[in-house]
Amino acid sequence: MGYENVTQSLTKVIEMKNITKKFGDFVANDSVNLDVFKGKVHALLGENGAGKSTLMNILYGLYSPTSGEILINGKKVDITNPNIAIEHGIGMVHQHFMLIKPFTVAQNIILGREPISKLSVLNMKKALKDVKEISERYGLYVDPNAKIEDISVGMQQRVEILKALYRGAEILILDEPTAVLTPQEIIELIQIIKNLTKEGKSIILISHKLKEIIDAADFCLIIRRGKHIDTVVVSETDEEGLASKMVGREVSFVVAKDHKEAGEEIFSIKDLIVKDNRDIIAVNKLNLSIKKGEILGLAGIDGNGQTELLEAITGLRKVESGKIMINGEDITNNTPFQVISKKISHIPEDRQKRGLVLEFDISENTILENYYKEPFAKKGILQYNNIQVYAKELIDKFDVRPREESKMARTLSGGNQQKVIIAREVSNNPDLLIAAQPTRGLDVGAIEFVHKSLIEQRNKNKAVFLISFELDEIMNVSDRIAVIYEGKIVGIVDAKDAEIETLGLMMAGGGNK
Amino acid sequence: MIETILSNIALIIGTTLMYSTPLIYTSLGGVLSENSGVINIGLEGMMVIGAFAGAAIGYFVGDPWIAFIGAGIAGGLFGLLHAFACVTFGANQVVSGIAINFLGAGIALFLSRMFFEGATMTKSIPLDNKMPRPLNGVFPDGSLLNIIFDNQYATVYLALLMVLIIWFFMYKTKYGLRLRSVGEHPTAADTLGINVMRIRYLAVIMSGVFAGFGGAAMSLAIVSNFRPTLVSGHGFIALAAMIFGKWKPQGALLACLLFGGAQGLAVFLGQFDFEISTQLISMLPYVITIVVLIGFVGKSAAPSADGIPYEKEHKN
Repeated sequence: MGYENVTQSLTKVIEMKNITKKFGDFVANDSVNLDVFKGKVHALLGENGAGKSTLMNILYGLYSPTSGEILINGKKVDITNPNIAIEHGIGMVHQHFMLIKPFTVAQNIILGREPISKLSVLNMKKALKDVKEISERYGLYVDPNAKIEDISVGMQQRVEILKALYRGAEILILDEPTAVLTPQEIIELIQIIKNLTKEGKSIILISHKLKEIIDAADFCLIIRRGKHIDTVVVSETDEEGLASKMVGREVSFVVAKDHKEAGEEIFSIKDLIVKDNRDIIAVNKLNLSIKKGEILGLAGIDGNGQTELLEAITGLRKVESGKIMINGEDITNNTPFQVISKKISHIPEDRQKRGLVLEFDISENTILENYYKEPFAKKGILQYNNIQVYAKELIDKFDVRPREESKMARTLSGGNQQKVIIAREVSNNPDLLIAAQPTRGLDVGAIEFVHKSLIEQRNKNKAVFLISFELDEIMNVSDRIAVIYEGKIVGIVDAKDAEIETLGLMMAGGGNK
Repeated sequence: MIETILSNIALIIGTTLMYSTPLIYTSLGGVLSENSGVINIGLEGMMVIGAFAGAAIGYFVGDPWIAFIGAGIAGGLFGLLHAFACVTFGANQVVSGIAINFLGAGIALFLSRMFFEGATMTKSIPLDNKMPRPLNGVFPDGSLLNIIFDNQYATVYLALLMVLIIWFFMYKTKYGLRLRSVGEHPTAADTLGINVMRIRYLAVIMSGVFAGFGGAAMSLAIVSNFRPTLVSGHGFIALAAMIFGKWKPQGALLACLLFGGAQGLAVFLGQFDFEISTQLISMLPYVITIVVLIGFVGKSAAPSADGIPYEKEHKN
């Protein structure tokens, strides 16, 4: 059929024509065209840094384009600030939610357009009624009196969508909406999107996840390094087709991994109890063991004790009771320094907060754990020449870009920041490598690299502990899968026998205990 | 015996109200500024300039209310300065606040020497030109109510009314909602079309106005002139009270009453012949401030964006 034929009979609500946006010398968008049709979902696909968010920020009035024009319902519009976008019926759900945490759901929704009685006094009765009305009309159920800080991420996203609908949005921009959702919440979101289009709303879906584009979108604009690559009809293509257009080469989704017999047990956890920041038990008598030459994946929904478990192993959090052993040695309540010296390496969950010192350059970041050892220091004085030589070596080996060891960590892309961390941790030659959410926010190319590194470790007969909220990743990379729910391991299965339904059920607390 | 105890308690309540009043105004100022996301440790300097302006205008004009409003304007100008540095230029809010404290004290002294023949103290305002005492002589002599209210100036009642007004403004009006949203998550407010800069400007200016009122509540009521040692740390105590009161007007009121009570107690105890030196007793309010701040204040209550300058994303 082709894009032109399919879209001929549809009503255009938005036309972005030849949009170019430059930041200094950097071209973020290079004559990109985007048409959005009434009642349809238009996906915007591209790797991180491809210019998706820039394009949407232009449409929402946060940036002004260097050249090009925007037509809404056939009329040219200058969108110089978000208010103008809102007036023209454009609503945006940002990737990082724009919600005021101590406020209630209703307060967040009405903020900026508050119903009032005399003297600017808030009319909360009307606010609650209005919120209830739109939430019922679109099937987006929320408790208007709940505080944002007390509701789940999925609920918070509903509030964001309601905020846009309350302002009369006809066109909704959803920026990476599934990044923070559980598999169940993703299914719900796709249903919500379908309800909205049925009501005649148009959706722009920004994503780098192919599966949800296939599931939810009608059309898809693909951009790569700011350039307009193609617009396709989603029903006429598949994941592989989209991926190769996005990356510009063939991409393999299957993680190449040979079968490998696991060796003896090297790491074990017995009856571990750990409390969280609120002094509530987060890890509850957890038992776990990992063998040499295997990747153990820990599946589970965010907030079931993964973070606390990791922090307890790595010495960042106090263990209340229980035992953590590696190589027959007890490392319970050791300091992080001791843990590292027992050959445990850690790729932390938050690479910017815990993985790197952002204000240090690449070379300094590569020796964070070994700075005091020769050849990096002699008699307490840092040997910068040696450090730089070492950093150059790692940059080559792990393909960090740009290839300059004096680049500040802050200036690197997410994928390259992760490469620096992996380079540092793997080079310690650990017996156990802990990788927490190692591919979060990375694009397809970088994800491939991370997975390859983990499997290499395993093939060297090392133990790998992978914690991830992405079930696909757990299933593709692990040899064995443990499922955590409310601080306990509720099941362990062989990866080759694992089924997504059973795992999903266990993650939600059902299933075989 | 019981009567003496009761009248002593009434006396302490009376002095507590009196000494709390300047703190209440000033910490309300702090509440406004910090809920918009701008830390204001310049309250002390704003209070000093307000105290001077109140005393000087009161002396030359003779009308306490004009003097009181003048003090608010003087404080507001310093608030404008703070807003200019912190909101427009995104300067470090603590540094700007410290500068305001030096500037307030310095300018007050300079103007005092200029207008009062080189004296660092302004001339006393006659009792008739000071703040009125609305309940003076209303209650029978010697009654407990008379002990408490007889000598209270109008500023006391106005301060309590202001707490109510600010509370209503913050939690019941749309502008209050917007003010708090700007202090919690300015980017979110901005995407909803709320003018972050304008709200922060107004909040910081108003915080100066209230601190000015606080200063004038000292120089026009508790005493009748300005001198360099008059304010001596009350701005900081008000700041502490606002923090202890969890950044809420009603909380700040209670904290101010506690600190004012400590001061009242110090004054009350000062009249007896103790083996403790009066200097030690006068330390009481400051010591209580430190103890309270160390012991009882959690971190969580502060508005999330308090102290963080808001910069719009680079918009070319």
